[in-house]
Amino acid sequence: MSALQKMMGWVDDRFPLTATYKAHLSEYYAPKNFNFWYFFGSLALLVLVIQIVTGIFLTMNYKPDSELAFTSVEYIMRDVEWGWLIRYMHSTGASMFFVVVYLHMFRGLMYGSYRKPRELIWIFGVLIYLALMAEAFLGYLLPWGQMSFWGAQVIVNLFAAVPFIGEDLSVWIRGDYVISDATLNRFFAFHVIALPLVLIALVAVHLVALHEVGSNNPDGIEIKKKKDPVTHLPLDGIPFHPYYTVKDIVGVIVFLMVFTAILFFAPEMGGYFIEANNFVPADPLKTPAHIAPLWYFTPFYAILRAVPPLFGSQFPGVVAMGLSIVVMFFLPWLDRGKVKSIRYRGPIYKTMLALFIVSFIGLGYLGLLPSTPVATIFAQVFSVIYFLFFLLMPWYTSIDKTKPEPERVTG
Amino acid sequence: MSQEVDGQKVDARKRKFLIAATSAVGGVAVAGVAVPLVMSMMPSARAKAAGAPVEVDISKVEPGMLLTVEWRGKPVWVVNRTPEMLALMAKHDDQLTDPKSEQPQQPDYCKNATRSIKPEYLVAVGICTHLGCSPTYRKEVGAADMGADWPGGFFCPCHGSRFDLAARVFKNVPAPINLVIPPHQYLSDARLLIGVDPATDHLQG
Repeated sequence: MSALQKMMGWVDDRFPLTATYKAHLSEYYAPKNFNFWYFFGSLALLVLVIQIVTGIFLTMNYKPDSELAFTSVEYIMRDVEWGWLIRYMHSTGASMFFVVVYLHMFRGLMYGSYRKPRELIWIFGVLIYLALMAEAFLGYLLPWGQMSFWGAQVIVNLFAAVPFIGEDLSVWIRGDYVISDATLNRFFAFHVIALPLVLIALVAVHLVALHEVGSNNPDGIEIKKKKDPVTHLPLDGIPFHPYYTVKDIVGVIVFLMVFTAILFFAPEMGGYFIEANNFVPADPLKTPAHIAPLWYFTPFYAILRAVPPLFGSQFPGVVAMGLSIVVMFFLPWLDRGKVKSIRYRGPIYKTMLALFIVSFIGLGYLGLLPSTPVATIFAQVFSVIYFLFFLLMPWYTSIDKTKPEPERVTG
Repeated sequence: MSQEVDGQKVDARKRKFLIAATSAVGGVAVAGVAVPLVMSMMPSARAKAAGAPVEVDISKVEPGMLLTVEWRGKPVWVVNRTPEMLALMAKHDDQLTDPKSEQPQQPDYCKNATRSIKPEYLVAVGICTHLGCSPTYRKEVGAADMGADWPGGFFCPCHGSRFDLAARVFKNVPAPINLVIPPHQYLSDARLLIGVDPATDHLQG
């Protein structure tokens, strides 16, 4: 026995190191037919690490004080050694986080990854998405620019629309009657401590649940149903390490090529990743001529604007926006299809999914634009399609003409 | 009710009661500790004290001009409305959501046609009642981008809400109600005090 083996034995008697490594990497059997769409889970993990590491280094120079915040960010950009790189990594990382998460969620939609027995994986995933939106929103206030200030003003005022308790609720969130130093300070606390802890915990349970039931695959069939009679291993499974670790490294390299290209050549991404008005310090007396949230929030923002005020209150719009996310939690029970994967679904589901994607992107585009009567009508049509995709799902998935699923995974 | 565990009699009912009682007491303790944490997020004494009244010199606000002052961290507009503006303002009541100011968005002494103490001076909180942006002052009658029948007023750039020169909201825009008229009084012809009702020294809080 080598010294190293002896040492591992010593550790394993006290902590399940080898057992954990086997359960989650070298003997975690994943379907052998993973395709392009399966890169985005591991990429999301990579971006999480980028955000945490760059975030730690940003807090070393950032000042969460309404008098100092804006200049401290400029100080990081100009005077701190490599500060510009760390800051742009963090701001680019925020947008790229949503890019990979949206693609990851779309993968789940296409291949039915939310279906039994993976309902909890999906629910934890939607919770991660919610935590991520909160984290991004809180973080956007910190540079204390014009868009930071007025974006936060609009979003916190959404809570003021809640009947009866709304005013008090929004004052409680702000810690003041307007967005102020108190608000900035607490958003900082939530952004750097509370939500990162929640996010990491949710990612952990997301992965534990995934490894308990095993990964879905592009065919949407269970590889655990066909096992080798001798080894009892899934016939269509391969160990995550080394097969998928190597595959994911290729994904990481391509992703980092895109990431660094943005980082070095277009860190503001023409105003989509960092809005131009955010290079102007926050002015509580003057709203910029056009304010729009960052691109990853715009679909929901468009739904908010699409609903007219009813009974003298904008609360219905706020409710519609909230429901557009809440409805995602029910997806596993709304889908009554006989097959999971889009490969074997019928024409109705494919049409509905296509309409849904067009609506989601359409809403995202409209949310960037100033509101006009024509844009509002489009947003209303897209919002209705968005909700019908979910609400009619029990009906159209059960009548849809599906193709038979294969016995074993295909290419 | 009892059962055998490892050859010993166990009173399952008592056990259940003890578990429930312990959880309940623990829950009360957690709720109790949560109170100071939650309350610490309410406005501090300093934030509450910052709501002091603001005195404004309005002698330099020429007819048609808008002056923005800060009160409680919010923009407050003082507009010197011209007779032409006041005349136009009375002609579009049918296009407004609340032309008679029925909603309590103003002190009683401003619940009139001009929503003001002196007809020519509008004093309003410049925060849109939709989602809190600050509307822009668009006094040009019939401005190209506002439409030919635009009587002059305020336009919110965030979501397109429109208000007239008495800060009354137009129909079919996202904002549900008129802008807020803050408590205010005139100390003299040229001096305006924002944050205090007239004839009393009672601060609005």
